[in-house]
Amino acid sequence: MKNSNNIVRVSKVTKDFAMGKTLVHVLKGIDLEIKTGEYVSIMGPSGSGKTTLFNMVGGLDKPSSGCVFIDEIDISQLDAYELAWLRCRKIGYIFQTFNIIQVMTALENVTLPMIFAGVPDDEARQKGLELLDLVGLKTRFQHKPFELSGGQQQRVAVARALANDPAIILADEPTGNLDLTTGDEIIKLLKMLSREKNVTIISATHDLKMLNVSDRVIWISDGRIEKIENREELSISLGQVGERWG
Amino acid sequence: MQGKTKANPPQKQVVLPYGKSVEIAVKSIKSRFFRSLITTMSLILAISFYSYIKTTSHIISGIFASGDKVAARKLSLQGYEIPAGEKYKTTPKEKWILYLSLLVCVVGIVNTQLMAVADRFREIGTMKCLGALDRFILRLFLIEATLQGFIGSAIGAVAGCVIALSGALIKFGTAAVANIDLNNILLSISSAIFLGCLLSIIGVLYPALLAAKMRPVEAMRGRD
Repeated sequence: MKNSNNIVRVSKVTKDFAMGKTLVHVLKGIDLEIKTGEYVSIMGPSGSGKTTLFNMVGGLDKPSSGCVFIDEIDISQLDAYELAWLRCRKIGYIFQTFNIIQVMTALENVTLPMIFAGVPDDEARQKGLELLDLVGLKTRFQHKPFELSGGQQQRVAVARALANDPAIILADEPTGNLDLTTGDEIIKLLKMLSREKNVTIISATHDLKMLNVSDRVIWISDGRIEKIENREELSISLGQVGERWG
Repeated sequence: MQGKTKANPPQKQVVLPYGKSVEIAVKSIKSRFFRSLITTMSLILAISFYSYIKTTSHIISGIFASGDKVAARKLSLQGYEIPAGEKYKTTPKEKWILYLSLLVCVVGIVNTQLMAVADRFREIGTMKCLGALDRFILRLFLIEATLQGFIGSAIGAVAGCVIALSGALIKFGTAAVANIDLNNILLSISSAIFLGCLLSIIGVLYPALLAAKMRPVEAMRGRD
């Protein structure tokens, strides 16, 4: 297996959407490689194709042409069962709106992906408690989502995303619905996890705080990659970034 | 690097054991008690009507069979006719109203279940992102509908039977219940429960298919 340190590889990906009779080219040829354990942020104005690229990488959508490899598996070749397995075992999702399942407790939310993965009940429960402890919610495992604050719900979502030890965590504006301090805590939590568990974190964001912890920032504009900045370059140009995004 | 390498294709399958499906379905009904109640209510009404008509026909058969002239005259006055020597059957008019009420009930269930699916769009999408297959979602909805159907139609069947029996007792006295075959009553109740479950499942089929076919991207879009 070549390039085994590339957990995600996007090759010449285009995506068209039919809007009525006109064909809209949302992605116009994207090439991208993301290494294992990297913390990558995808930035771009709305309508730039950021979310579409994000969905491709997450196996939620298939490209019109080109290939997306996750762990060197071409996801466009997978059938529905294999895709579900991929989502269950390889990818953890964190959403802007938390998406905690309302009818289940924090612990049940965390164990659900493990149930899908066929983990025995006791083992799933044990691991769920450990993960909730890791995100600092050990005492609240029996709470229902409406009894938790936004930040706590997002912590549950982080624990849930980690349930099956995924290779990738996809975070779609994870701080979008949180206040500054809570958002900061979630970002620190993600960074800590990426370091400790060697999980690749890919996030789509507008949050500048996110950039400070990112290893790389990918700027998308008009369906193409505008530039890719490493962190070292970032700290220099942050003033300019602030101007653009502040 | 060229080509479409499948270095380590996922061999394993995602699973959702039946026990867990039932557990999740029960939880879902419990925490959406009011919504479930509305869905179940139309079923209770329709099935109790069905059970009432069935039980009444047993009662009338019993009265005619007993040869109680006074009670039989009372029945004739109320418009019930029975050909000599034959068993009483529900009249076409009764059947017509019965079918209509069952039809209305199914439409009602489809309507509330469609609302329920729209309500749970995000939940369904999230489950799919966590690895749920289409058929897991379908199964959850079907189990929920079966449970609701069973509970609703059991209540309805017993209620309809009790109302018919007590009504007959008031009108005709003990003669009404003296000649009833208990087996027939039990048969009516179980057929009513079976019918209720069936209607509930028919009602949820289209909404559940809609939910199961939903793409997980919808959840990412954060639809409310």
